[in-house]
Amino acid sequence: MQTKKIINDGNRTVDEMLEGILAAHPRHLKSAEGSPRSIIARDGPRQGKVGLVIGGGSGHEPTFLGFVGKGLADAAAIGNVFASPPPDPILECAKAASGGAGVLFMYGNYAGDVMNFDMAAEMAAMDDIEVRTVLTIDDVASAPRDQRQKRRGVAGNFFIFKAAGAACDQMLSFDECERIARKANDQTFTMGVALSPCSLPQTRRPNFEIGPDEMEIGMGIHGEPGIARGKLKTADEITDEMLDKILDEMTPARGDKVAVLVNSLGSTPLMELYIINRRVKQRLDDIGVSVHATWVGNYCTSLEMAGASVTLMHLDGELQAMFDHPCDCAMFRAG
Amino acid sequence: MTSIDSVGLKRMFDAIAAAIDADKDRLCRLDGVIGDADHGIAMALGFTAARDALAQLDLAATEPTALLNTAAKSFLNAVGASSGPLYATAFMRAAAAVKGKAILEDTDIIAMLRAMAQGIQDRGKAELGEKTMVDAWLPAAQAAGVAQEAGKGLSESLEAALAAAERGAEATKDMIAAKGRSSRLGERSLGHMDPGAASAVTIIRAMRNGLV
Repeated sequence: MQTKKIINDGNRTVDEMLEGILAAHPRHLKSAEGSPRSIIARDGPRQGKVGLVIGGGSGHEPTFLGFVGKGLADAAAIGNVFASPPPDPILECAKAASGGAGVLFMYGNYAGDVMNFDMAAEMAAMDDIEVRTVLTIDDVASAPRDQRQKRRGVAGNFFIFKAAGAACDQMLSFDECERIARKANDQTFTMGVALSPCSLPQTRRPNFEIGPDEMEIGMGIHGEPGIARGKLKTADEITDEMLDKILDEMTPARGDKVAVLVNSLGSTPLMELYIINRRVKQRLDDIGVSVHATWVGNYCTSLEMAGASVTLMHLDGELQAMFDHPCDCAMFRAG
Repeated sequence: MTSIDSVGLKRMFDAIAAAIDADKDRLCRLDGVIGDADHGIAMALGFTAARDALAQLDLAATEPTALLNTAAKSFLNAVGASSGPLYATAFMRAAAAVKGKAILEDTDIIAMLRAMAQGIQDRGKAELGEKTMVDAWLPAAQAAGVAQEAGKGLSESLEAALAAAERGAEATKDMIAAKGRSSRLGERSLGHMDPGAASAVTIIRAMRNGLV
């Protein structure tokens, strides 16, 4: 049986969504001339500023295009559902974002994205735009610690982009922007849990099977199998399981500060996210770690998947300042 | 000796597009087990775009190299994903391998096939045994080359390529993924055929059917 979706044509979902987004956010967003899959900040790219280009597959909204705006990303290249954009729209983003000071490419570490963004970077070099790439790798579940560079980028993208976007907006040098982006990447850790599958608009079939009483810890945001499947537990038990993995790697000391993101994978409601956040706060209080800021909601979704993720970013003074720097995007603002 | 011109190459792409479209659901299901369930969609999208782009060409005035480059660009821009750069590179290498020729002889077709396999390997940086489409493409290209050097005709050489691709795809069931999205699964990828290797078999079979 096909899943229920409010769509017109399974092959047109991305383009129709983009039309709707541009209609909703004309003050923040536009598409590049002749390249409708390149979404550009109206206020953002400027001379002398390092450009920040993000992007990836659709189906994770508000990731990526919701984070396009002043103080965050200058442009986002939009792919098909769960598929990297091809090089052309990425190149158009790089051109639009370029202020002559270099362009940072930041996106989740997936094989397809790497190939397409690398091809775009080679094309940008021919246009005299210097590109450097930071692959986000916040998903703790996706590879063991000694293979951290193989990990995927998931909801923590939002924190990492936020820090990098602030550095770019402050007109820091290319080296400094890259350094801060890498530091933010190193200090961000995410764990997720999935309860029920999502379905692609083209197939409208669940993209994995999971029992009615089961959950899977560590599942990827495209339904990639995670690290452990078991019976559904309570919110506190699930949160503890996720936090244990995160804290084990982050090893914060008493008195340290973190930023918290409790994210829905799509259909898990705010009520449940706040129940998770309650436990996160209790656990952090217990070990004397203070929460500098908390975001709860849909930040990196997986279509209609049920489930949630918890992200912590370990803050030092510099990263905290990047967090507090104002930004104004179509679907997110701060400061 | 078979001679293939741009009309023949377009027929080959039509055959691939039809075969992949018919195989779309199986490829998505294979991908659903160890990946994100969209491989059939991406491949069908790419080859449909290539077929439609080739339909716009004036074949009488288009050399094989230009046709293959058109296929590469249209595939890439329709798909992105992993299969976009991999197959776009394959077709661009195929284009380079037959540059300057209006009519392709048997040796050119096999050179094209080998260039495609090499392009896929270079772009994806996968080695044999890592549970990717390379496990079907490399043995296929090699078998075609061996058959041709042994004096076989195009039909038999492509038959050898197809048989090798099928064996290679089958063998991915016993491999632990080391590249691409399923590589995060480790041993949990065992027992399942790699969807990229499966679609490679479908493509090579359609190439054989479309060319001879």
